Amino acid sequence: MSLKLDHVYYTYSEGTAYQMHALKDVSLEIPDGQFVGIIGHTGSGKSTLIQHFNALMKPSSGTVSWNGEDIWGEGYDRRKLRFHVGLVFQYPEYQLFEEDVLTDVKFGPKNQGLSSEEQEARAVEALKLTGVPEDLFKKSPFDLSGGQKRRVAIAGVLAMNPDMLVLDEPTAGLDPKGRDEILDQISSLHEQRGITVVLVSHSMEDVARYVKRLIVMNRGEKAFDDTPENVFDHYLELEQMGLAAPQMTYLMHELRENGLEVDVHADTVEEAEQSILAALGRG
Amino acid sequence: MDKNLTIGQYYPADSVIHKLDPRVKLIGTLLYIISLFLFHTWGYVLGVGFLAVMIILSRVPFLYMLRGVKTIWLILVLTMVFNLFLTQGTILWQAGIFKITYEGLSMAVQLGIRLVALILGASIMTLTTTPNKLTDGMESLFRPLKVVHVPVHEIAMMMSIALRFIPILMEETDKIKKAQMARGADFESGNLITKAKAMVPLLVPLFVSAFRRANDLAMAMEARCYHGGEGRTQMKPLRYESRDYVALAVLLAYFGASIAVHAALGW
Amino acid sequence: MENSITEENKKEDRDIIRVDDVRYDYQTYADDGEEAEVTHAIRGVDLQIRDGEFAAILGHNGSGKSTLAKHLNALLLPTEGAVWVTGMNTADDEHLWDIRQNAGMVFQNPDNQIVASVVEEDVGFGPENIGVPTDEIWTRVGEALEKTGMTAYREHSPNRLSGGQKQRVAIAGVMAMKPRCIILDEPTAMLDPNGRKEVIHAVRELNRKEGVTVILITHYMEEVIHADRIFIMDEGKLVMQGTPREIFSQVEKLQELRLDVPQVTRLAHLLRKDGLDIPEGILTRKELVRAVCRIAGLADRHVERRGTAADPDQVTVIQDQMR
Repeated sequence: MSLKLDHVYYTYSEGTAYQMHALKDVSLEIPDGQFVGIIGHTGSGKSTLIQHFNALMKPSSGTVSWNGEDIWGEGYDRRKLRFHVGLVFQYPEYQLFEEDVLTDVKFGPKNQGLSSEEQEARAVEALKLTGVPEDLFKKSPFDLSGGQKRRVAIAGVLAMNPDMLVLDEPTAGLDPKGRDEILDQISSLHEQRGITVVLVSHSMEDVARYVKRLIVMNRGEKAFDDTPENVFDHYLELEQMGLAAPQMTYLMHELRENGLEVDVHADTVEEAEQSILAALGRG
Repeated sequence: MDKNLTIGQYYPADSVIHKLDPRVKLIGTLLYIISLFLFHTWGYVLGVGFLAVMIILSRVPFLYMLRGVKTIWLILVLTMVFNLFLTQGTILWQAGIFKITYEGLSMAVQLGIRLVALILGASIMTLTTTPNKLTDGMESLFRPLKVVHVPVHEIAMMMSIALRFIPILMEETDKIKKAQMARGADFESGNLITKAKAMVPLLVPLFVSAFRRANDLAMAMEARCYHGGEGRTQMKPLRYESRDYVALAVLLAYFGASIAVHAALGW
Repeated sequence: MENSITEENKKEDRDIIRVDDVRYDYQTYADDGEEAEVTHAIRGVDLQIRDGEFAAILGHNGSGKSTLAKHLNALLLPTEGAVWVTGMNTADDEHLWDIRQNAGMVFQNPDNQIVASVVEEDVGFGPENIGVPTDEIWTRVGEALEKTGMTAYREHSPNRLSGGQKQRVAIAGVMAMKPRCIILDEPTAMLDPNGRKEVIHAVRELNRKEGVTVILITHYMEEVIHADRIFIMDEGKLVMQGTPREIFSQVEKLQELRLDVPQVTRLAHLLRKDGLDIPEGILTRKELVRAVCRIAGLADRHVERRGTAADPDQVTVIQDQMR
């Protein structure tokens, strides 16, 4: 179950004066079970990129393959692919439409052609995984709070039992509490069910905490693809791209330049704490 | 988004037509459309000639303008074909049940010219006038209707808000459509009824979103002291300049000539 | 009424806004229209905002902070208690437009508050509504765009702007009404980090240079470390208030309220708990570096990196890549 992009280009208004590459020669492979972060400034091409993952957008050139099969090949069932590669858009609560929460989450499984028992079972399971309490199942999705709507919408994609879950800024507009809860749930999904997760985010702090591999997009190109620690070493280049390393990375570098032997790869608060204590001989 | 949608889209350029008062352009478009219905034969030369001058003056590339015609080409072809084959009269050509008459040919050509000229004429107005100016112009022209309690200001405000939100809602439609496709929705296959049913997951969120936006916008407008047209001043009030009087004179001359051609010469 | 107004006038030089024991209830109805359920969104809030200050109201979603904000320019009226804006009671119909002109408001969603299809016309919308003469509208629009750094975009369509730019247009639209204070209701919640910096920078400039009172409602802690005072709301009540340092000294209480604490502040707090001699309420990296170096016996060489994501002081506005 792996996704592979091979020299993918996506070009707007090809052949005119307004021609623009939204994606430029992007090659990458996401094997089974990874937790990948994609980061980039608005307009860097990250949204365009993930829409290539489930065939919502067709590359102008290059190939996208799933399990070694070209998804734009003759006769390939792209609708089926979307059940394997679940994509959660930004502000997904805006897609809710059914009378009650449970029916809305069943929409995906229904499109998969599952029996109504299976649909129900999938929906209930997905709602539980995203932490939606049972007493909300029969409520109208429009009566829920922002954070609850978001969970229902994520459950709507999860209920299709995808092998890979791609989330475009799942925490946009949420408060810190809602943000942490959703990210923790996604992370436990990854750990417990081994589902591949691709997290598109604006927040370096978030990706530093959760992902093991970080892809940085800049002007439609893949600028970095490495562990977060290694990517953050390039913090000066990241700044050139309108991004920045996490706060802690800066702090560690500053401490080191002041003569304290701390680990510059510490990028979360907890890691920084340990590293400072160790450097001070108190660890 | 449909990139061919030229009608109603402003094309920025520095031309005398762009600078004209929107009221002059509105009146001009109206007079021009009426004139098109007066012509029979050679009158079209006058109509098309006038249009050509306006197009040149507007400095909007002709090919760009033609895109507006592209959106109605099907209607155009159908009307022409219907008239060509279904008009009774002197037969010019016949093959089985299909026949072309002199009258039919003349009708089809006339209709074709009339429709194209109509679309081009109207698009000169929309291409050279910002939507806001257009609504200002309409508000000002229809102001006398206030006497009979037509809410002229409110209608104009609604139009300009609609114009502002059309691109936003179009983008949103695209997003929702993709989001539902990601959940396996199928908007393409099936018969008419299945297709209509498939629209529900698209239309419900779209309406919900439109209402949410309307609600937000109403509050934002209130917070900025909006309370109807009463006591309101204008940042860009409409004032007739001398070029507008000249333009009006030209328009009236053209319209007079059209009537003369129609009435006196029967063209 | 008259008595209270004169009484207010005396105080006016200090407090631009006064919220006196405000409660706000609203009713929700079940589907059948029955069973009205009363929600207590605000349960007795008292607060004063001083003229010229930069105040921040924090709290998570549902804490009542946005409901309170809507009271400050008479979009909502208190169920009980009273709100005074520059000495005028918001419940007083006669002053409604004066209040809204004096207390301008910027909302969360950048798209849903721009009325016109051209930037400058949108900025002129407020002045038009309050009957400002045409020539003066132009002056005001020019000034407002200048102050928010949006002059270059005055003839653009708002649809082509980035989120941060749209919010700056909204701020300009409020500034053109010459308000004495601006209330910003989560203006950055829908923006990316660069957009957030852009907006906060613009707001701080207005406060510093123009002396406009600012009330910023947000849940991003990094945005408020430069505020004069912070108010924290929870379940419809004011639960904490003070200077940023006072507030951020109470890391545990903030975490109890499930609020975010800036990473530097949280780290300082953890190190302190580990037994290091680090003061409470550290807000910037510079302070923390200094404190740690002191402990390590190193001279602080004042080495500091430039341009970080979370420090609103270091604004690097990125050229937008637009289609």
